[in-house]
Amino acid sequence: MKIKTPTCLLLAASTAVLAGVASADPFTQADLERWKAEYMASVEKGEKLFHGGLKSKNTVSCDQCHPNATNIHPETYPKFQQQLGKVAVLGEMINWCIMNPLESDPLALDAADMVDLQSYIHWERRGVPLAPGKH
Amino acid sequence: MSKSINRREFLKRGSALLAAGSLPLSLVEVAFGKNDPENFTFAYLSDSHITHIKGKEFVRNWDRGLIRAIAETNLLDPRPDFVFYGGDIAQLGKPEEIDHGLEILSGLRGDVHYVMGEHDYYLDLGDYWRKQLGPDHYSFDHKGVHFVVLNSILTYDDWVNKWGGPMERMQQMARLDNPQGSPFMVGEAQRQWLKQDLEKVDKNTPVVVLSHSPLQKIYKGWNFWTDDAEQVQALLKPFRKVSVLYGHVHQIQYNQIGNISFNSAMATAWPWPYPSSYKQAASYLPKLTVEMNRADPFFERDATGWQFINMHTGNVDVHYLLPDNQNRVVAFDRKAGHPADTKFQPVADRIPPQTHY
Repeated sequence: MKIKTPTCLLLAASTAVLAGVASADPFTQADLERWKAEYMASVEKGEKLFHGGLKSKNTVSCDQCHPNATNIHPETYPKFQQQLGKVAVLGEMINWCIMNPLESDPLALDAADMVDLQSYIHWERRGVPLAPGKH
Repeated sequence: MSKSINRREFLKRGSALLAAGSLPLSLVEVAFGKNDPENFTFAYLSDSHITHIKGKEFVRNWDRGLIRAIAETNLLDPRPDFVFYGGDIAQLGKPEEIDHGLEILSGLRGDVHYVMGEHDYYLDLGDYWRKQLGPDHYSFDHKGVHFVVLNSILTYDDWVNKWGGPMERMQQMARLDNPQGSPFMVGEAQRQWLKQDLEKVDKNTPVVVLSHSPLQKIYKGWNFWTDDAEQVQALLKPFRKVSVLYGHVHQIQYNQIGNISFNSAMATAWPWPYPSSYKQAASYLPKLTVEMNRADPFFERDATGWQFINMHTGNVDVHYLLPDNQNRVVAFDRKAGHPADTKFQPVADRIPPQTHY
């Protein structure tokens, strides 16, 4: 399999060097803190969406069936979702819940709300080993 | 108007169930020993969480769960002596929700005894519920068994009074995994009442206590918990046979602590995960419990259900009626001295869906 480096990436990299922006040097403590803060901000938004913040046409919210985001098993995705008849990613199951128990409109898989929901779901499951494909 | 629609739906559902033969009617008859007048059964429904959306709209899924449980209960033959409703008729304690729930429940054949749930209580501290249903703690005798109903979902006054208004308080309590929640309790006044109530009861009389929260400590984070559980248990200790039946947990649980058997009810609305599936905190599910099957969310009634209970041993045998799944029976095992699943108790007999993670 041949992998092409996208031209735009190369352009962006050379522009960065020209502008004097740090490239792939060792990251700093400030970087670590920023990464953590950005992620935790997303977790926090996700936690609110999960507990009634998501626009739900029938008022039902995710936490009603999944306290602390349990019984979601994010570590098992992608997996064969028998009811969908295919291997699915977690976002597809989140949308299934939004459309059925919540009787509401699905999110784009890359929507900010969808990302935040997954940040929260994964955070509550931290420390659990990956188990891809497990039912 | 909506009442007549509900009636029609009961009848339609009922005849469909009869045609499918999906009720274990033979089990009901076995539960009645013909020569023992003390034998009787009662049905036990709980946790319907009727949810008002706006105007005359309610969440369809939760309505359907209660309607189905009632339709099935009405098919029991012989008839149960009465029905217990284990609490949480409503989701946010609104009069609209309690009224809509009671309208559906009015389709039940026979007398119903009600237990207060936290979702019925924390909007107006139980005023509307009590106006419609009467006292939230009481006792009665039936065919040699002493029944006691407690309101076990009270909590500390500081917590009750700290919120901006009734709906904020209700919403805070309605969130199961709320880090700002507060533990349930029976409280001093009711414990005093219970003590006096039990003084006149012979120690050989079987006692059945109904509460919404477990009168044992399983997981505080979700209020699978009653803060003064030990004090209530101490009052029940002198009796030979005591059974505690509780709702709130939306799952099969059972346990034995000394002379007291514990059995939980399934919700008619939706199932809850076992607390052990939350990996960031420790919990204490009774070791005895063989867990319910993991829910298939694509069947909206899976892992919901209702119960009927027979008292032919003076202890309770709980028959779990589980639509879209296999029924379960947790009966008091006289030899072992605790409740046991009649099919799945031996570890070797358990099936993969009973493994939660």
